[in-house]
Amino acid sequence: MLRYTLTRLLSLAVSLAVASVVIFMAVEILPGDPATLMLGVNAQEDTLAALREQLGLNGSLWSRYLSWVGGMLTGDFGTSYTYRTPVAEMVGERLWISLPLAIYALTLSTLIAFPAGIWAASKRGSAADVGVMGVTQLGVAIPNFWFAMLMVVVFAINLRWFSAGGFPGWDKGFWLSMKSLTLPAIALALPQASILARVMRSSLLDTLSEDFVRTARAKGLSKRQALWRHALRNALIPVLTIIGLQFSFLLAGGIIIENVFYLPGLGRMIFQAVSARDLIVVESVVMLLVFAVIAVNFLVEISYALVDPRLRHGR
Amino acid sequence: MTDLRADHLPPSGAPVRLWGRALKSRSLVLGAALTLIFVLAALVSFLWTPFDVTGIDIANKIKGPSARNPLGTDHFGRDILSMIMVGARVSIAVAFVAVGIGMAFGVPLGLWAAARKGSLLDEVIMRGNDLVFAFPSLVIAILITAIFGPSAVNAIVAIGIFNIPVFARLTRSGALTLWQKDYVLAARVAGKGAARISVEHILPNVTNLLIVQGTIQFSLGILAEAGLSYVGLGAQPPTPSWGRMLAESQTMISFAPHMALFPGLAILLTVLGLNLMGDGLRDLFDPKLRGRS
Amino acid sequence: MTNRFTTVGLAGGLIFGASVAFAQQADITIGQQLEPPHLDPTSAAAGAIDQVVYSNIFEGLTRFGPDGSVGPGLARSWDVSEDGLTYTFHLAEGVKFHDGTTMDAEDVVFSLNRARAEDSANAQKALFAGITDVVATDAATVTVTLSNPDGAFPFKMAWGDAVIVAPESIDGIKTTPIGTGAFMFDNWVEGDRIELKKNPEYWGEPAMLDAVTFKFISDPTAAFASMMAEDVDVFAAFPAPENLPQFDADPRFKVLVGSTEGETILAINNKQAPFDNVKVREAVAHAINRQEIIDGAQFGYGTPIGTHFAPHNPDYVDLTGQSGYDPEKAKMLLEEAGVTLPLKVKMTLPPPSYARRGGEIIAAQLRQVGIEAQIENVEWAQWLEGTFRGKDYALTIVSHTEPMDINIYARPDYYFQYDNADFQALIAKIDVESDPAARSEMFKQAQQVIADDYVNAYLFQLPLITVAKAGVEGLWENAPTQAADMTAVHWAE
Repeated sequence: MLRYTLTRLLSLAVSLAVASVVIFMAVEILPGDPATLMLGVNAQEDTLAALREQLGLNGSLWSRYLSWVGGMLTGDFGTSYTYRTPVAEMVGERLWISLPLAIYALTLSTLIAFPAGIWAASKRGSAADVGVMGVTQLGVAIPNFWFAMLMVVVFAINLRWFSAGGFPGWDKGFWLSMKSLTLPAIALALPQASILARVMRSSLLDTLSEDFVRTARAKGLSKRQALWRHALRNALIPVLTIIGLQFSFLLAGGIIIENVFYLPGLGRMIFQAVSARDLIVVESVVMLLVFAVIAVNFLVEISYALVDPRLRHGR
Repeated sequence: MTDLRADHLPPSGAPVRLWGRALKSRSLVLGAALTLIFVLAALVSFLWTPFDVTGIDIANKIKGPSARNPLGTDHFGRDILSMIMVGARVSIAVAFVAVGIGMAFGVPLGLWAAARKGSLLDEVIMRGNDLVFAFPSLVIAILITAIFGPSAVNAIVAIGIFNIPVFARLTRSGALTLWQKDYVLAARVAGKGAARISVEHILPNVTNLLIVQGTIQFSLGILAEAGLSYVGLGAQPPTPSWGRMLAESQTMISFAPHMALFPGLAILLTVLGLNLMGDGLRDLFDPKLRGRS
Repeated sequence: MTNRFTTVGLAGGLIFGASVAFAQQADITIGQQLEPPHLDPTSAAAGAIDQVVYSNIFEGLTRFGPDGSVGPGLARSWDVSEDGLTYTFHLAEGVKFHDGTTMDAEDVVFSLNRARAEDSANAQKALFAGITDVVATDAATVTVTLSNPDGAFPFKMAWGDAVIVAPESIDGIKTTPIGTGAFMFDNWVEGDRIELKKNPEYWGEPAMLDAVTFKFISDPTAAFASMMAEDVDVFAAFPAPENLPQFDADPRFKVLVGSTEGETILAINNKQAPFDNVKVREAVAHAINRQEIIDGAQFGYGTPIGTHFAPHNPDYVDLTGQSGYDPEKAKMLLEEAGVTLPLKVKMTLPPPSYARRGGEIIAAQLRQVGIEAQIENVEWAQWLEGTFRGKDYALTIVSHTEPMDINIYARPDYYFQYDNADFQALIAKIDVESDPAARSEMFKQAQQVIADDYVNAYLFQLPLITVAKAGVEGLWENAPTQAADMTAVHWAE
């Protein structure tokens, strides 16, 4: 197990190193000079040079890469060019919106998907099943930003039940903040719920046809009892895997939705940083996201390996 | 998807029955019909559209559906039906080529990794895949277009890159089961090399798998292209694109809903069509799974 | 984005002098598209900075009024010497910065010297170029000596780049600006909003609101939705003219349409063949149908212009007739110039909708005369680097929002690369002329010269559209400078 963990750790480190080079190079060749953008059209050459020096844009490629990576290893993610505040601090603030939004969306999607998936599976082939599956097909196919636009028109502009966007801040009240995250969370949850419901249903159907469920049925359990007592628990494994995947996607995947609802979240921060050429923010935040996903994958693999020894020897 | 075992291929002589079954599958027929409508619209647009999509006619701007313009006109007085037809061309081309890129790189990688299962090469390929998966795709797409400028080609690249690991994983896992099969063992004993076995015996048997996944990636590609061009990173004007039509109509949605409705429906129906078709194909290739997902 | 001249219209604004009324509500939320990168108006070109801080947090010696006139600011009055070389400013007394330190002549000396210093990061250094010396005669008097007589000096001191700052608080100015204005900085939630609160110790007429929140909503759709959902009370420089009829029809809102200093032009790279030929530029001018652009891109909001001058300026000459829509003439001119058609050229378009929409319309119009403009949508960063500095473009659309900026045509290295010695001489003469009548005459002449040379294709004057709740009063209707002066804003009873 130790050897397995060490090889996994090694490959984790290599992955991160490769990722950091890719990200750094991509940001490096991004056209558009941050100093010019900040000083505008009437800036003089010496002013620009001074600012570039101040931003640390003048060193060699290699030394800038090293100082960036070195900084990150010691927990220093640099200072935003535009806001002049530490990137770590900005990320922290944005996470307070993106993280609750992701959790909210995931909760909604689970609350919709579980009953829908279970219901459809238990009534396999019935009109209810066909109906649920039809709706999920639509849910997967609908572009979520379009759905968000329609929701804004109906619920914010016409009915005025929700505000059209923005975020009041947690200090202004929990429910107020949750309310402002509701429409974005629904927009994000719709496709996720549809996928999840489909996975739930097919996974349940799979387990329902497995021997142990059949045995249980033969022992006299009703179909419903078999479903709730035996099949459901076993069907949850693939469902939970999907939920895990969706969560990391939701964290950064809300860019477009965050834009529609002008939420100052993590995704919007990257989007703005790219157009403001706030290169250090782009680099560090993308790196953080990649790290998060790789680290989660690593933990998942290690825990699988703990459960299932076969996995330790080749995949 | 990986539980779609390719060795359950219908026995020889099946094509006729396959067609017969295909026509009986509701989702396949409906999906194929929807897809066909948009493919046809795209093809016809090369030869003919009701109006010139680059022609601007301010006097006729923002008109609802009428006999002249069945789907109305946009804020420049352009015919929305014509724009949707040409837009279909862009969406389909982008998604199609992106799937092509994913297959062209992903399938060989997957076959190669499966042939050398457990080796360092396998490890590198699979870790590389994980790494690509770990990148937030939309952020990378934004970076790519910020670097090389927004265009349909760069949208293709951005979407295509993320298709590679999908096909590599699928091919590898499909191929791994096949390598256990007797006829593959027989071929090995007969002295055939791994490359030759991969091409002659493995590849043909993962094709169904690839077609089904290809359909799904195709539909995801359409959605991704719509998202990218919605944020202005797809095909550039004057070439119409569905996502940009939605973006441009957004401020007018409350007084000219037709401008947002039709391009949105076009995306929805195309994606729906492809998904239904993918499901139908899966059922068709593997009847055991019918009605499962 | 980050520069005043490209970023049009983020101005907002309000009106002085509204009668004192009791307000039930004492705070206001004002939406604007761009977020300032930081809050130091003296070291960046970003119009969004002035939008938040001008007149609210920071004040200059003089200030712009809502009609563009220059009136007293921290300097309550000033005298000009006979020879026009010495300005003596008499400062208001008892003025304190928000941190409690006193504002006196030393602060003025510090501010002006900082702005004109060699290592100054001031984006408008040219405003201070004429100053040779700044002296604090006593605590309340500052004497400024100029190298040449300059009748426009008080005008220059009214700019946001010339506000008075204090040496004590200069280090933190970017994140916690300390000024003398009627509002003080309270809080900044990056990416979302900036909050100001009333300065209880203000030296002049106190603000009528207790708190002002600037909310940053870049997306036009979100701007519309935020207004409709009443998340914001005012939207300054509302970006979607297509939505105005809806606001007009809704009794909850009012729409103010004013003027800006933004001449919106199709800039032409005068050094790039075949546009180095005046005939080709003239052909472009005649190929363009201004009204169609105003209707299509601006939904009718915009005044056609025929030269680089604001139509509301008394010295404006209407030269639109000289470049009227005449595609046949355009084709003829192209033939005369010996251009092989179709001519493929690159047109870069920055993000604002006047440029993106206008560009699509212009491309369609140019196609009618055989010019194929290849549209390239760019972000501001790329526009500045590629188009503005790199001059790698043939055509581009941009709105020049700085006031009285016809002098940019005297800079041969400016991005449209117009190089006319006569014009440069004319501008040099205007700079030192102090007789108003002579200046006016020369400004008219200058407008004619650039129109005759068809330097750029002049499209329209950008309007300032402000959408507000019906009860908000005291907003500036026009934008003589980029500002959202909130000092006189209040809620009607």
